[in-house]
Amino acid sequence: MHVCGQAACSRSRDSLEWVCDAWYVIRRRRELDWDVVLHTAIESCLALVMAVQLHYLAAHRRKGDADWSRLRDVLQPTQMDTRATRSTYPDGLVAFVKRDCPTCVLVQPVLRQLAQHTKLTVFTQDDPTFPEGLSPLDDSELERSWRNHIETVPTLLRVAGGGETGRAEGWVRSEWEALSGVGGLGPDLPAHRPGCGSLSVDPDRRIDLAVRFENHRLQARRVELAPLEDEMEATFERGWSDGLPVVPPTERRVMRMLEGTTRQPREIVAVVPPDMVECAVEKIAVNAVLAGCKPEYLPVVITAVEAACTDEFNAHGLLATTMPTGPVLIVNGPIRRALGMNSGMNVFGQGNRANNTIGRALQLVIRNVGGGRPGEVDRATFGNPGKIAFCFAEDEEGSPWTPLNVDLGAAPGTNTVTLFPGEGPRSIVDQISREPESLARTFAECLRTLHHPKLVMAFDCILAVGPEHARVFADAGWSKVKLVERLGELLSIPGSQLVRGAGGIAEGLPEHFRAATLPKFRPGGLLVVHCGGRAGLFSAMIGGWANGAVGSQPVMREIKA
Amino acid sequence: MSANQSEGPRRVLLDPTGERNPDVTRARLPRLARLEGARVGLLDISKPRGDIFLNRLEQLLLERGVKVERFTKPTFTKPAPLDLRQKIATTCDAVIEALAD
Repeated sequence: MHVCGQAACSRSRDSLEWVCDAWYVIRRRRELDWDVVLHTAIESCLALVMAVQLHYLAAHRRKGDADWSRLRDVLQPTQMDTRATRSTYPDGLVAFVKRDCPTCVLVQPVLRQLAQHTKLTVFTQDDPTFPEGLSPLDDSELERSWRNHIETVPTLLRVAGGGETGRAEGWVRSEWEALSGVGGLGPDLPAHRPGCGSLSVDPDRRIDLAVRFENHRLQARRVELAPLEDEMEATFERGWSDGLPVVPPTERRVMRMLEGTTRQPREIVAVVPPDMVECAVEKIAVNAVLAGCKPEYLPVVITAVEAACTDEFNAHGLLATTMPTGPVLIVNGPIRRALGMNSGMNVFGQGNRANNTIGRALQLVIRNVGGGRPGEVDRATFGNPGKIAFCFAEDEEGSPWTPLNVDLGAAPGTNTVTLFPGEGPRSIVDQISREPESLARTFAECLRTLHHPKLVMAFDCILAVGPEHARVFADAGWSKVKLVERLGELLSIPGSQLVRGAGGIAEGLPEHFRAATLPKFRPGGLLVVHCGGRAGLFSAMIGGWANGAVGSQPVMREIKA
Repeated sequence: MSANQSEGPRRVLLDPTGERNPDVTRARLPRLARLEGARVGLLDISKPRGDIFLNRLEQLLLERGVKVERFTKPTFTKPAPLDLRQKIATTCDAVIEALAD
């Protein structure tokens, strides 16, 4: 162990050789008690050093040596890390209490009983004089409670060899007696009573404790602001903003954001274009903070990043194009309600935090992590306001039809986000049609104009049918499939109208298409969603970018916690 | 400015960027001293009429005794595939990319 310590402080190769020798000697001692070695290492802060060296030995010095591999498995650095950061105690019993807990007050006589029979250490979270007569140790900083993952007070730990060997939470006489080996505890007390929440898991304090004791989990570069620097201005000056104010990503805010996912901060989610940078959960969380997301939105943002950075969706090309398109996010499933997303009035507009910040977070990841900035790789001639954020939910409850994600193959009730490469929405007004055929013809006339009335099949489109229009189809018994089929018929266009020069317009298809009849949309190229306010005989269309293998495919992904 | 103002609590933000460093392993190659005898790749990115531009370039290069290789990206919307980039890098001394329309 001494050699380990030396090696940790020395850079010479010689000392590393000594480590190998020392370990060789240790290994020959078959009777060695590894628990003792481990505890000694932990107490002398050598646990990590030891684990690193075992990894080194297993990997380089003793290839194929089963013993070393076994040891390496036992002493995984992550385990060692956890163990090393847990505080150790003298053998015996350790109790965590607070005065502000009736159960802790109730068990005071039990603690005194235990102190007579065994070595008892008491940590108190609020009042350092409580419980009286037991010389409690002050844990009002909550470090001991945090490091030992105390969730309830009272908690009683049994400690042997410096490590925890058992715990009881709340007051349960039988458990306390089994743990302590002392009988007849608290004869005047009820047999059991639940405890209270530990202050170390108090929602108001938990994040601060995480920042104090676990901020090493965050790997992002730390940017320290100058004393007189305005933090809002600082984010603009460093180029992190899309042009609107962003929320400064402090450790506290990022820690809190990460509580929204079960994924590890270091897990790589995607390789983000255009710089092709590996992006971990943590970086997405930092950008979600910038965007103004709540932690519960984070899984949607992570899934959107995953979906965007696929070869099919081709976020690279969508960013670089001169066309006015960007990622459009459509959220389906119960999570829409859980997050309070808007699928109704003003669905594409301002005012809903989830809609706007989720869409914005994806764009900020592409900007900041991927390096995709307007005027650089982003070559858009016009762009559109939706490139700040364009995310909405489908109104599934009010819809007469299947939701979009089910159309794309998801099981009903699945939480999904679908990415579509889209321009800004355009309105379709028809306040007169009450028959489905008439309304379908209105849709067809408007859809025909997408990007150019003479350009076909190259661009997909989202048709967002408003509730009052959807009712016209529903009342006549038109399914979504029937509507799409009818639109396909209405949008079968003679090549003579589409070729270059037709209608006196040079733009169009090559001459050899003259005799053909072509559909406006490729099969599956028209995606129908139901959303919008309940008043207004309107629908909307969101035109796409170059589709298919040449450009971008809509991509749907299931949202996981 | 009072002492209190300059000695406020440290304010630390987390860097939201990719934290990339300039890649010194990809320094620019020197320009070719002369074109004669060189092998020049012509890369069509599959935008309409890129071929018109590249055909003319090929003609001009051939007149000057330059060897020409033609390459085509599958689509202009995505970066060139790795194997295509490697093929160009290993067979050509220089490459001319025709960007568009």
